Amino acid sequence: MSVVEETTSLEPQFTHASDVVVRFAGDSGDGMQLTGNNFTEATAIYGNDLATFPDFPAEIRAPAGATFGVSAFQIYFGSEEVTTAGDVVDVLVCMNPAALITQLNDLVEGGVIIVDRDAFTPRNLTRAGYTTNPLDDNSLDGYRVIDIEVTKQVLEAVKPFNLSHKFAVRCKNMWTLGLVMWLFDRSRDATVDGLSSKFNSKPDIRDANIAALNAGHAYGETAELPSGVEIYKVPAAVMAPGLYRNTTGSDAIAYGLLAGGQLAEVPIVFASYPITPASSLLHTLSNHKQFDVVTFQAEDEIAAVCAALGASFAGSLGITSSSGPGISLKGEGISLAIATELPLIVINTQRGGPSTGLPTKTEQSDLNLALSGRHADTIMPVISASTCTDCFDVAIEAVRLATKYMTPVMLLSDGYLANASEPWHVPDFNDYEPFPVKYAEPSEDFSPAGRDAETLARVWAKPGVAGLEHRIGGIENDYDTGDISYDDDNHQKMTDVRHERINNIANDIPEQDVALGNKTGKLAVVGWGSTFGAIHQGVKRAHVRGLDVSHIQIRYLCPLPRNLGELLAGFDHVLVPEMNKGQLVNILRAKFLIDARPLNKVSGKPFLIREIEDAIDAELESDS
Amino acid sequence: MNAPEKLTLKDYTSDQEVRWCPGCGDYAILKAVQKLMPELGVPKEKTVFVSGIGCSSRFPYYMETFGFHTIHGRAPSVATGVKLANPDLDVWVITGDGDGLSIGGNHMLHVLRRNVNLQVLLFNNEIYGLTKGQYSPTSRVGTKSPSTPDGSVDLPLSPCVVALGANARFVARSIDTEMKHLTEVLRRAHANDGASFVEIYQNCPVYNDGIFDYIKDKKSAKETRLVLEHGQPLIFGTDADKGVMLDAANMRLQVVTLGNGIAESDLIVHDETNKVLAQMLTAMRTPDFPEPIGVIYCNPEESFTSSLYGQRDAVRNAKPQLPDINAALRTGHTWVVD
Repeated sequence: MSVVEETTSLEPQFTHASDVVVRFAGDSGDGMQLTGNNFTEATAIYGNDLATFPDFPAEIRAPAGATFGVSAFQIYFGSEEVTTAGDVVDVLVCMNPAALITQLNDLVEGGVIIVDRDAFTPRNLTRAGYTTNPLDDNSLDGYRVIDIEVTKQVLEAVKPFNLSHKFAVRCKNMWTLGLVMWLFDRSRDATVDGLSSKFNSKPDIRDANIAALNAGHAYGETAELPSGVEIYKVPAAVMAPGLYRNTTGSDAIAYGLLAGGQLAEVPIVFASYPITPASSLLHTLSNHKQFDVVTFQAEDEIAAVCAALGASFAGSLGITSSSGPGISLKGEGISLAIATELPLIVINTQRGGPSTGLPTKTEQSDLNLALSGRHADTIMPVISASTCTDCFDVAIEAVRLATKYMTPVMLLSDGYLANASEPWHVPDFNDYEPFPVKYAEPSEDFSPAGRDAETLARVWAKPGVAGLEHRIGGIENDYDTGDISYDDDNHQKMTDVRHERINNIANDIPEQDVALGNKTGKLAVVGWGSTFGAIHQGVKRAHVRGLDVSHIQIRYLCPLPRNLGELLAGFDHVLVPEMNKGQLVNILRAKFLIDARPLNKVSGKPFLIREIEDAIDAELESDS
Repeated sequence: MNAPEKLTLKDYTSDQEVRWCPGCGDYAILKAVQKLMPELGVPKEKTVFVSGIGCSSRFPYYMETFGFHTIHGRAPSVATGVKLANPDLDVWVITGDGDGLSIGGNHMLHVLRRNVNLQVLLFNNEIYGLTKGQYSPTSRVGTKSPSTPDGSVDLPLSPCVVALGANARFVARSIDTEMKHLTEVLRRAHANDGASFVEIYQNCPVYNDGIFDYIKDKKSAKETRLVLEHGQPLIFGTDADKGVMLDAANMRLQVVTLGNGIAESDLIVHDETNKVLAQMLTAMRTPDFPEPIGVIYCNPEESFTSSLYGQRDAVRNAKPQLPDINAALRTGHTWVVD
């Protein structure tokens, strides 16, 4: 938090801050994600720029009070550009001891803790690993603790609605939300609207939740809170005028695919198998039946990619999506798409691995898998999304490349992008240039092996059209006729063409630009994917300190932008932060023979801004 | 629509040289299918053959229709995708015992239980041919093969039992060289609006020659074959003097000889819609029983794509919305920055 000024003499008191990080933490059943989302919405409406980071366990309902069951939702908001969910927490809301003990490390010294004292029972304390109650043993003296018997307050507030104890206690999150909304001067209207429509058919529960929300807010207004706790004033950010909404990366990809389908004038078949954190795409698309999209929950990952490919054969655009382990299973199907030169989109929402790894945590360790995780010389375009809103454009680009070049395309997202949200200056779809596909038409000289002279894309000959009957398959086929061919020269030629076709895409994508800073200089920090936010802020802060650093963010990972080697050669040093053990950095080193240096983090959490800044300092220090 | 009745077997024969071994049962099946095609009234361009990997899976290359030779075991999934994209296409899945029941067993279960409207033709030769003769999931115990030189020890499965277990609504069996019978079974399979499963006993002359001789050989066939016909009693035997009766006390089938107080009316009458009977019939194997061929079970349900597209239409009708990207992006909570 950047405190601008504190007013001490006036009543009520205000703390003016330019930016604040708030984290809600509780049991996975405490409704922390819902609370966070409501607070996010209110904050967006207030006009702050923001970024969120939902961090929840893989267990759906872990045993109450367990440390491994703590679910957290972090939001960073401010009056200036916000691109990460924040480094340190200013206000920590803890619904139980497990939340406190697991989250306290991230709280800034002197930060605010809001706790429900009623949840600090001997049983919960023991379960969390406390031998004494931290609320009573002075261990929290360095913080400003708002110590409230929340459960008791909630039960009192919802008494008129005669709910069972179980349902009454569930209103705790709304009470706490009300208090935090008071603390940051947010409007409760959107939350009240949301509760009203969600519990439309259960008026008691609706009214109890609203009452709890209001009671929490009233508590802030009337209770005597510890000194130093007052309403924060975080002015609205200056944002470009226009219409905004919040979006997660996952939703932005879903809309991007639908948009891409319309721009390509091709129906979509989306086939997927449930896997965390990729499933929300399937959910969103299956809820948009007004569009030309058919969704299919397959029996497994292999069936999903194969059904998508079958759909592409039949003239739709087949799309499949998964996370790392599922992508591994799809490998053979993707190679068939490469062999048969059919369009296909594979979306990989990366998570911590190997194996089941960290299903709900983020990582970007599937770059090598995307680029080369298949048998044989199988090259395909790989593109990545950098922010939640970027997901929309990247999804459209995936559709363009797949249909124009008749190739599978891998789109890399990750757990952070999928679940995090940010305000989105909603684009006008009319601004997007259509790229309609051209299906083959019957003619005397039709051949299933026919190619576009410029793109080398094979013809797309839909079943159902008389005169186009043909067979394709995974056996190597003759360059001229498409028939089965085991000929040695032909295999060489086909392999070469498969590569040439994809490598040529470098001429059909933008040249690599710098996201921030000069086009030559001492240090380029090169990122791809969701590390964008942290790198961007880190480089920005380094600029403020007068350092010669640039930020380069790569969207196209295969083929790489045609000028990338030249651009990187203009910097004395190249630093590549990645949430893996150094995958892009090795590619840049191998490809351009430069001494690019890695900065690696695989903790399941995104980079902090200060980690980027520290690495920038270290790089430049080695130079002096 | 085209006038498909004008077409002949030749119109369905592609220009590709057929590469099966001489004497392979696949030739006979190919011919039966090519001959049947013009009679089905489906335009050639709407016909799609999808296969996996194995000898049988080369089938699509020889059909002058649309064809997709995919990867091992996955033909049902690819075919499902074809139907999702275009439910009007007439899709045939060609697979074998290894492709369809070993590596692709899972997809077989699900394409059948989903009732995707397509025909699955499983060529069962009880061996892996294309990989040079290893035993397969349908090989009988004791099958000697390169990977089981002392004989296989694991129990085989029966394709039709699996299909019924997967809740297939159409299950039938025929024999590669029985052109007339096979053609009629395929015609019935095609007529069923849903997933139709047809097991075809197919001889592999190289790696498993004669494995079905007991039921193919004219001399023994009458004793080993039970030709099913809906509404007809289960009679077989060289002199048509044997039948299948329900041993109700023990809840099983038994073979009986007619006469000596046992009349035709005591025999089970075949009812295609009776799943319990279908399960009992598919469990019959030589030498204790004759093996049934024909339509074992046919009890149609609405097909998957019909339900799926029907649901989409219903949703669209109930809540008419334009497929408008701009509108979708502006749904839910939005705010304006001035």
